[in-house]
Amino acid sequence: MDKYDITLIVNGRSSTVSVEPRKLLVDVLREDLGLKGTHIGCEHGVCGTCTVLLKGRSIRSCITFAVQADGAEIRTVEGLANGADLHPLQDEFWTKQGLQCGYCTPGMLMRACEIIEQNPDPSPEQVREGIASNLCRCTGYQFIIEAVCAAAGRMRGEEQRPDQATMPTEAKA
Amino acid sequence: MTWVGAPVPRTQDRRMLLGRGKFTGDLARTGTLHAAFVRSPFAAAALGSIDTSAALALPGVAAAFTAADLGDPALLAVLERPEFVPTPLPLLAIGQVRHVGEPVAVVLAEDPYTAEDAIELVGVDWSPQPVVASLAAAVAPDAARVHQQAPGNCLVDLTMFDDERLDGVFAAAPAVVTATVGSGRLAALPMEGRACLAEWDERDQQVVMHVSTQVPHQVRSAVAQAFGVPEHRVRVIAPDVGGGFGLKCVAGREEVALAGIAMRLRRPVRWVEDRQENLTASFHGHEQRYQVRAAFGPDGRILGLAAEVDCDVGAYSAFPFTCAVEPLMAVTELPGIYKVPAYRARGRAIATHKAPTAPYRGVSRPQLVLVMERVMEKAARELGLDPLAVRRRNMISPGEFPYTSCNGITYDEGSYAESLDLAEKRVTESGWPGERDRLRAGGQLAGIGYSCFSERTAYGTPTMSQRRMRMTPGYDTASVRMDPSGEVIVTTGTCGHGQGHETTFAQIVADRLGVHPGQVRLRQGDTDLASYGWGTWGSRSIVIGGGAARRAADGVAAQLRQVAARLLEANAADIELAGGAARVRGDASASVPLGELARIVHFQAHRLPEGLRYGLEARETFDPPGTFSNACHAVLVAIDPGTGEIRLRRYLVVEDCGVVINPVIVDGQVRGGVTQGVAAALLEQVRYDPDGQPGSATLMDYLAPTAAEICPIEVVHLETPSAFSETGAKGMGEGGTIGAPAAVLSAVNDALRDARPGAEIDHIPVCPWDIHAALFAPEPLAERSAG
Repeated sequence: MDKYDITLIVNGRSSTVSVEPRKLLVDVLREDLGLKGTHIGCEHGVCGTCTVLLKGRSIRSCITFAVQADGAEIRTVEGLANGADLHPLQDEFWTKQGLQCGYCTPGMLMRACEIIEQNPDPSPEQVREGIASNLCRCTGYQFIIEAVCAAAGRMRGEEQRPDQATMPTEAKA
Repeated sequence: MTWVGAPVPRTQDRRMLLGRGKFTGDLARTGTLHAAFVRSPFAAAALGSIDTSAALALPGVAAAFTAADLGDPALLAVLERPEFVPTPLPLLAIGQVRHVGEPVAVVLAEDPYTAEDAIELVGVDWSPQPVVASLAAAVAPDAARVHQQAPGNCLVDLTMFDDERLDGVFAAAPAVVTATVGSGRLAALPMEGRACLAEWDERDQQVVMHVSTQVPHQVRSAVAQAFGVPEHRVRVIAPDVGGGFGLKCVAGREEVALAGIAMRLRRPVRWVEDRQENLTASFHGHEQRYQVRAAFGPDGRILGLAAEVDCDVGAYSAFPFTCAVEPLMAVTELPGIYKVPAYRARGRAIATHKAPTAPYRGVSRPQLVLVMERVMEKAARELGLDPLAVRRRNMISPGEFPYTSCNGITYDEGSYAESLDLAEKRVTESGWPGERDRLRAGGQLAGIGYSCFSERTAYGTPTMSQRRMRMTPGYDTASVRMDPSGEVIVTTGTCGHGQGHETTFAQIVADRLGVHPGQVRLRQGDTDLASYGWGTWGSRSIVIGGGAARRAADGVAAQLRQVAARLLEANAADIELAGGAARVRGDASASVPLGELARIVHFQAHRLPEGLRYGLEARETFDPPGTFSNACHAVLVAIDPGTGEIRLRRYLVVEDCGVVINPVIVDGQVRGGVTQGVAAALLEQVRYDPDGQPGSATLMDYLAPTAAEICPIEVVHLETPSAFSETGAKGMGEGGTIGAPAAVLSAVNDALRDARPGAEIDHIPVCPWDIHAALFAPEPLAERSAG
């Protein structure tokens, strides 16, 4: 099958890859670019596990052909942290245990990122509706919703960064 | 001061949040071949010739195998009972397929796209045969046989209890209630499907498998048995595993086949299940039907119980549990928390042309709790009593523990009455009844429901051996080792896959050694590192694996005390380990850091007498009889009478899992479990048509709950420590799923009864059309069975 050269700007970094037109964006991210943080959950666009941001909007990279993203800016979970500094969403997911097995987490984080960018002050109900795009089989969603609301608060500058996501030094009294 | 009980953040989460998890599908090896399986489009067919030549001619295809090419390998799960019919599970179909999705051949190609192209080119001669795709069809006279050796499609038929007084009890009873309760077929649906990377290690002469599994050692045993190789020729490693829920506590035929192919080709081979395979061709569970009769006295006291349980187990017995796991648990544990004086129960496993079943979260406990709670409510209605009063009258009460029930099981101390009392109090104080009234006044149906139950957890060998499985699980072994730096390595045969064992095991061990949990590292999920163990399922890991780790840590602690006693010139009995140091109790000046002790033991052994030299290490096993955690669930639902849509409004869990190791992890497990139980009650069902064609092969058809279907879940903890557990902890991985269906169905029926007296639903899932039928069907209400 013929291959086409495409350029993807992933997390600010430009890469040119040669791909079959049928190759899915998620496979190019994972296999060609080595960004394994984006996971595959259903391969039919329902579960949201493979969510990445394409031109700032969440898409399902398992039902997007890589050639459709030619020239576009893409953000994945690998682009959230600033060096060793976790993004407030990552920090709050850790603090509030917004994950268990961690498989849906990258997609959930990218969707949450979009929710907060579109509405910096979402109510818990709006977050609940908003993340209904993404399936999590472990948590029952409650800690995820709490984490997203807490991260939004911090990004608005209303709450201080907790130092909780490191292990406490003292045992329970 | 203890780490046990503290909300320690989970150590593995940082890398997960950075996108640095290491799942099986993330692993890459040079020269990897990608597997795709040719699967049956028919539920039952004889297999003629299989032609792989066109597939092999496709550029990029390296190999193709049928069963015959691999020597017809199969897995055999056996229950050593005369009532059990063994059914070998071929890795690739041998002459016959028995469900849609059954693998008949496998193609290996240089990339997964080419592998999927290639399976389209494999020619198979199919001769379709008659299909049985439901319990009713399978047990009909002259039904087609799924297996020739199983007349009537019955794979196991066990009458476990048969109290001869029961007929007399029923004849004399003031009230007898009957019920037929059904539950739909479910998929465990971990977000990561099954996956395997198998490669040949020339240096170790070993096939090394990375598998998304809950049970590495059982996968190793499966490979050894299927291909007739010694276990040491196989190493199974579970890297990060994206959920399991029981689907991955059995050996998958695909992963075992890949091991054989890697041994044959001496190249890395990889298979990553897609969602359609996961929904149609892996394992299901929970499709059961209970026909029960219960006799009650005028005061609401249960006098006797008789049950017939049929489980639709699909086409095969999963390895190593066998297809008897559901009916055996159902008939053994049905009485639950209620004191049943006379009991009879028969359980059957019925084969159908559907995917086989595995022990999905809760196994039969969600159903048996559903059944007992329905029975209590029906008796209350029949006798004009309060349903919670009937439950209280029959449940094992404070002061009656340990209680040995009619099923021979001894229930350790729990808080059955206390949890119900507390739940009822909170429901009232939080204004649920008023909210229900307002919903009703606003034109909706609304109801409040409860479920009371206990959950048998941590089944050790003493309990499991009663099932008579050829491979009887139960015990687990841990080793604890302190390195020269004073850091601690723990190995376990359990295999966490999202439960946070890296953190909770570290909390348990840290307390015993007086170190910080950050200094304790758990090694799990590797058959070459850990002693033979039974993995993570059945709410066993913290009790059994954590108990073994605690025992082993105590062994190392004793060694440390002896070394410290020698260096500090004190008695070992006077040495305490805390804050990273060994010190003489009552003498603040006499102290030595643990790191210094570890350094001396390893690097200056000559300073110590013989018995204290050469390492700080202990290995211990724990094999308890099992312990019961318990809970009371309460839920408020609103139902739209026009659409039949059921919405959760409030949810409360009062749970007691004994000593809580990490309260945040427990809350997460409870809420995740409740969500799966609610899904079983209202949303999810694997559907097949009469020809055995799956009707739920995508997530558009199999309705896993999103956040929008779930409401906030309040969790309240009681702590009744178990005397049967090293740490006082009880297992709690499944309770949320176990209690939710009964509570939701109670609430739905509370809502229905208010709208139409006599309206009642006895099956799950409850779908909008069930609500419509219950409200508007002509009398008498026809209760359809699930399926």
